Amino acid sequence: MIAVLFFAASAMAGVEFQSADVRALQADDFANPGMLWVTKGERAWREPVATGAACQSCHGEASKSMKGVAAAYPKFDATIGRVVNLDERIEACRRVNQKAPALPAESEERLVLSAFVAHQSRGLPIQVSIDGLAKATFDRGAALYFTRAGQLNLACTHCHDRAWGKTLLNETISQGQPEGWPAYRLEWQSLASLQRRLRACFYGVRAEQPPFGDPDLVALELYLAHRAKGLPMSVPGVRR
Amino acid sequence: MMNGRLQVPPSVKKGEPFEVRVLMQHPMETGFRRDMNGKAIPTNIVNQVRVTLAGSELFSAELGTGLSANPYLAFYAMADASGELVVEWSDDRGEKGRMAAQVTVA
Repeated sequence: MIAVLFFAASAMAGVEFQSADVRALQADDFANPGMLWVTKGERAWREPVATGAACQSCHGEASKSMKGVAAAYPKFDATIGRVVNLDERIEACRRVNQKAPALPAESEERLVLSAFVAHQSRGLPIQVSIDGLAKATFDRGAALYFTRAGQLNLACTHCHDRAWGKTLLNETISQGQPEGWPAYRLEWQSLASLQRRLRACFYGVRAEQPPFGDPDLVALELYLAHRAKGLPMSVPGVRR
Repeated sequence: MMNGRLQVPPSVKKGEPFEVRVLMQHPMETGFRRDMNGKAIPTNIVNQVRVTLAGSELFSAELGTGLSANPYLAFYAMADASGELVVEWSDDRGEKGRMAAQVTVA
């Protein structure tokens, strides 16, 4: 826990570890390719679905009602009964209130909404609750973060706490901060959720990848969000 | 209709060049990739782009497989009078996209 406090004090946004051209691309509100998904999400927010009303008809103007919402996720949700990330919360709202059919994880329809909602929190500090009912999930996430995994036998902490700023192949190792996700990853030529990025890290250390929506991934997301406390959100980020 | 973004300055000066920026959402499949089952993914690129200002064509372009996914185009144009700038494109599957923005000569 001492290590956590030390690194939280010097939290650096993920984009700081990218090259100058990628940083410029993220900062350019027009050319940032992630904004394609945000634009689409805005349309999805306003348009009624076949089975129910539009998001906007309950939640109103997203720039007001969704401001700062994403900065508080993952969060314990009483109706779902566990800690959920923003994407799962929106999906539950779609299914329960819009009576819409379930969408697969990482599908574009889900990504555009979570990107649009998270975009409304841009510049606001990440502030998640880890007390009460979220405590068990947070502890699980923290334990996973420090647990070695895969054939390379590495834990998250070995790269993202002890070796950030060093070079791995031709990449600079980041602190593993979640503030820019969902982000546009140039390698994938698409917007991607934080869970997809985490799964790629599991692949990187040659560990078994948890499926999308796995409680372990949500627990890690909560731990990362707490670790990034105070870091301003910057969705959609751009990463190489 | 395919998704995209188009940006023109809020107002332009008569006869002076202004920058137009276009971003299209498209996978730009080269035709060289294979899916998880080893089956070739067919070529699917934006092959035609046409830009018109107030009904007259500024330029049209044939794009190739060398462009990355979600192509970004930027170019300069001049206007003598206000009008609508329209960008239309189509891909190998015959899907079309269209974006329009008002160019106001101040």
